[in-house]
Amino acid sequence: MNNIDKIGVSHETIAALATPPGNGGIGIIRISGKKSKEIANKIFKPSKKNGGIKNRYLSYGRIMDNDKIIDEVLVSFMQGPHSFTGEDVIEINGHGGRIAMDNILSLVISNGARIAQPGEFTRRAFLNGRIDLSQAEAIMDIINASSDSSFNIAVDQLNGSLSDYIKNVRDKFIDILVNITVNIDYPDEDIEEVVYSKLLEDLQNILVDVNKLYNTYERSKIVREGYNIALVGRPNVGKSALMNSLVGEDRAIVTDIAGTTRDLIEVNLQIDGNKVTLVDTAGIREASDYIEKIGIEKSKEAFNKSELVLVLLDGSMELTAEDIHILENCKNKDTIIVITKDDLNSKLDEKQIYDVLVNYDIDIVRVSSKELLGIDKLKDIISNKIKNTNIVEKSLTNLYINERHKESLSAAISSMKDAITLIENSEPLEIVEIDINHAYESILEIIGENASIDIIDKVFERFCLGK
Amino acid sequence: MKNNFDIIVIGAGHAGCEAALAASRMGSSVCVFTTNLESIAMMPCNPSIGGTGKGHLVREIDALGGQMGLNIDKTFIQSRMLNTAKGPAVHSLRAQADKNAYHIEMKKTLEKQKNLRIYQCEVKEIVVDNKSLKGIRTITNQFYSCKALVLATGTFLRSKIFIGEGVFEAGPNGLSSSNQLSKSLKEIGMKLRRFKTGTPARVLSSSLDFSKMIEQNGDETIVPFSFMNDFLQKDQVKCWLTYTNEATHQVIRDNFHRSALFGGQIEGIGPRYCPSIEDKVNRFADKERHQTFIEPEGLETEEMYIQGMSSSLPEDVQEDFYKTIPGLENLFITRPAYAIEYDCIDPLQLTKTLEYKEIKGIFCAGQFNGSSGYEEAAAQGLVAGMNAHLMINNKEPLVLGRDEAYIGVLIDDMVTKGTNEPYRIMTSRAEYRLLLRQDNADRRLTEIGFRAGLVDEKRYEKYLKSKDIVEKEINRLKNTLLKPSEVNDFLENLNTTRVEKSISLYDLLKRPQINYSNLADLTYIPNLSYHERISVEVEVKYDGYIRKQLQQVERFKKLENKKIPEGINYNKISNLRIEAVQKLEEIRPQSIGQAARISGVSPADINVLLIYLEKKARS
Repeated sequence: MNNIDKIGVSHETIAALATPPGNGGIGIIRISGKKSKEIANKIFKPSKKNGGIKNRYLSYGRIMDNDKIIDEVLVSFMQGPHSFTGEDVIEINGHGGRIAMDNILSLVISNGARIAQPGEFTRRAFLNGRIDLSQAEAIMDIINASSDSSFNIAVDQLNGSLSDYIKNVRDKFIDILVNITVNIDYPDEDIEEVVYSKLLEDLQNILVDVNKLYNTYERSKIVREGYNIALVGRPNVGKSALMNSLVGEDRAIVTDIAGTTRDLIEVNLQIDGNKVTLVDTAGIREASDYIEKIGIEKSKEAFNKSELVLVLLDGSMELTAEDIHILENCKNKDTIIVITKDDLNSKLDEKQIYDVLVNYDIDIVRVSSKELLGIDKLKDIISNKIKNTNIVEKSLTNLYINERHKESLSAAISSMKDAITLIENSEPLEIVEIDINHAYESILEIIGENASIDIIDKVFERFCLGK
Repeated sequence: MKNNFDIIVIGAGHAGCEAALAASRMGSSVCVFTTNLESIAMMPCNPSIGGTGKGHLVREIDALGGQMGLNIDKTFIQSRMLNTAKGPAVHSLRAQADKNAYHIEMKKTLEKQKNLRIYQCEVKEIVVDNKSLKGIRTITNQFYSCKALVLATGTFLRSKIFIGEGVFEAGPNGLSSSNQLSKSLKEIGMKLRRFKTGTPARVLSSSLDFSKMIEQNGDETIVPFSFMNDFLQKDQVKCWLTYTNEATHQVIRDNFHRSALFGGQIEGIGPRYCPSIEDKVNRFADKERHQTFIEPEGLETEEMYIQGMSSSLPEDVQEDFYKTIPGLENLFITRPAYAIEYDCIDPLQLTKTLEYKEIKGIFCAGQFNGSSGYEEAAAQGLVAGMNAHLMINNKEPLVLGRDEAYIGVLIDDMVTKGTNEPYRIMTSRAEYRLLLRQDNADRRLTEIGFRAGLVDEKRYEKYLKSKDIVEKEINRLKNTLLKPSEVNDFLENLNTTRVEKSISLYDLLKRPQINYSNLADLTYIPNLSYHERISVEVEVKYDGYIRKQLQQVERFKKLENKKIPEGINYNKISNLRIEAVQKLEEIRPQSIGQAARISGVSPADINVLLIYLEKKARS
């Protein structure tokens, strides 16, 4: 509530580029607010055949800055409240490229709109009751989605699959709370007493449901933000070359001088529809050079943040002390050992690696970046790792949660655990109820529902009570 | 007779009595009009006071200086503490009353009260001139002026009784209805509606066979309702428990069509928590039996109340189904069960002081507001009477928060959320149940009642003393350390872990296995009253939860303190949904917190409202 608090929802008309900026030909400028049609009429000259701007129609014509033609466009108009934001919305579809879009936008602004803040269209849609909170968030995620699978999940959430899951959990809480309520408020009635062993069982069942959803967070984060892979290895082991092979373009400079990669090189790629971020670290080792030191600090950070580490070992020589040091460091991480330079005569004995990582379940892949040997195999292993990062049940594979959901779930879990402890200690029902009720409220927060959903109504629906 | 008063109270039921006593005790000259002096503080339904939530209300009324707790302490014939199987925070006191004694005792109190007159005459009109209250006119055409008025007409307005096919104009318990006042109320703009309620038959105890029923005794140790009474001792009567059976249900099902409820003659809305037996049989068809308590109506009468068995079926059907119940086979009915329908106001037209929004000085209370129950009525009467007095003396009004009292929850629910059925208090309606206990009602409210001018010196002194006792005892528990050698045997006996180092009594009491009375094995325990003992125990044991709730109260208060300007025009706030605009215009909440509790106002609407207010404040 408070962050929305600061944002003015007002009579102001807002405008922004609705498509990602870039060099693509087509772009859309969206205008929302009372003045959107008026502004469009000022700058849009419809072609004669077409007629002017009409509700729910596309009009073809030109954007004019006085007498100067800016772009040929299609203009659509959706009158509020039957539009995405619930306000009057104009969309200008241009195809004149980035500069033309910029010019149209500044024309719109100079005619009375202001630039929209990030997410403001969605926020207006939410405030106008067009979408609920989790849908609003899903839309924000669609906008930010940069891979196929995150897009699919966002679409699914828009259709309410998270809401459905939460509502199912909510209903289980209602069942429990209704029973507690009727027990506390109708001690004299002929109704079943709350039995602690049953209550405990019910709560533990809900806890399982809530935990399952909570555990999708890690996967959700990966889907949303990408799966982070850190490349580590001695300088000149071939990290940049491997990276280029994975991405399929010359992104990093490949040279033979150790320490060339001073800054972190990050590339995004998709592996089986998953967004993956590869970070080439500068090599984690003692450095004398100041600039390299900074690089190493950054490397450590990237290393800690990563979900998967690729340890690169030079196949053309034997395992060095530094290699062993690096392997030791990776013991707590999910690791794939990549033996590079497989095109040269291999001098590296895999047994040496197993000696360091006794009892660790590791994958070893031999690649040659020059001849692209083993690259597909590596991609397959990565892809499997992503799938297994968080094994979630099939019913949950299309659910994903964001930071806000996670916080609410975490609060619910902690309250439920408190309640369970109280039950185990045979503390009185009205105290146990406090924690269960907290958990219930935390769950409702996720779908933006009021806690006043009437438990009391349900009491009278389900129980025969009367004086 | 004097014809001008500071405050006139219409009705002398539980609401009217509290309103009149409160206002006159605070110093106003008050006159109570009632159609029948024999019906002062009448209990036309169940012969008991208290119960879950309701018992809390009585304790709060008492803590504020009201009469109900004192009156029931004088006239109860059986007392029970309910919910003792649960924790102390929801213990609830309930007492069976001698109905006649209760009435007589309250009538005497009114008669003796300084500044207070009681007068038997029906009121037909509220006299208002240009939206300003002038007084009232009786059916004898006498005018009485007043500065403020409390409407506490109960179930008497245009009331109709339903017994099977018989429908007739009458008030409860054979009294006549008041048929003229409603018209006047409508003329001053009040939106009236029809609610219904009902009561079971009364039967003679000599016609019952108690050997077929289960005996229900009162508690050995009686806990008083009033903070002014430390101990009560009395011989108690018995109540009895019996059950309906399939034969009962069959008789009822066979005669559904003869019930006024199902026949459609009744337009009023009845409470879900007080359904008639035909309602129960209809809605809960798979329930094999319904319990019923047989409760005496008083010591001087043989009449008994058949709890849970109200009905609007014809008398012959009533007799038939009652007779199927074990112990009731040969019963003599003295008064048949009936349903009653009456006019009441939509409480959304009232402010939190229970004042009618359209005309200053008209306060409303009790069943007239759409509530149900003697205790709910009394609580509202007290608040209405106090506020009537405070208003005419230009003093700060008395509004109790949801975090302070069940009375606050009750009134806020009614004037903010409204109600579609007679409203009954429940502990589950309170967000901060652990804070609103019956043991600490004095510590929550007596100071407030004292400042408002209702609590007298004697009560105030007693409260300060008791408060001191509780605080001192908690401190003593904190400061008394026992060595492991002194406590380990004790701990072992109670199956709780031994200690290595010295431990305070306070920390011992925090353990789930140990309660306050256990500590007597270890140490001297002072002679505390029941409620003081509960206060100490709860405040030590559940200190963490109390603090959690206090933090929630802080957050709640933030929204309560975000005031909405009085003249706000919701129609002008674009982005508010139409339903929200309508509800907000109708209820005109005083704070964002109150607005958020209105049904039909969504969290998104609240955001819009917050943003609007913020922008307004900045410009």
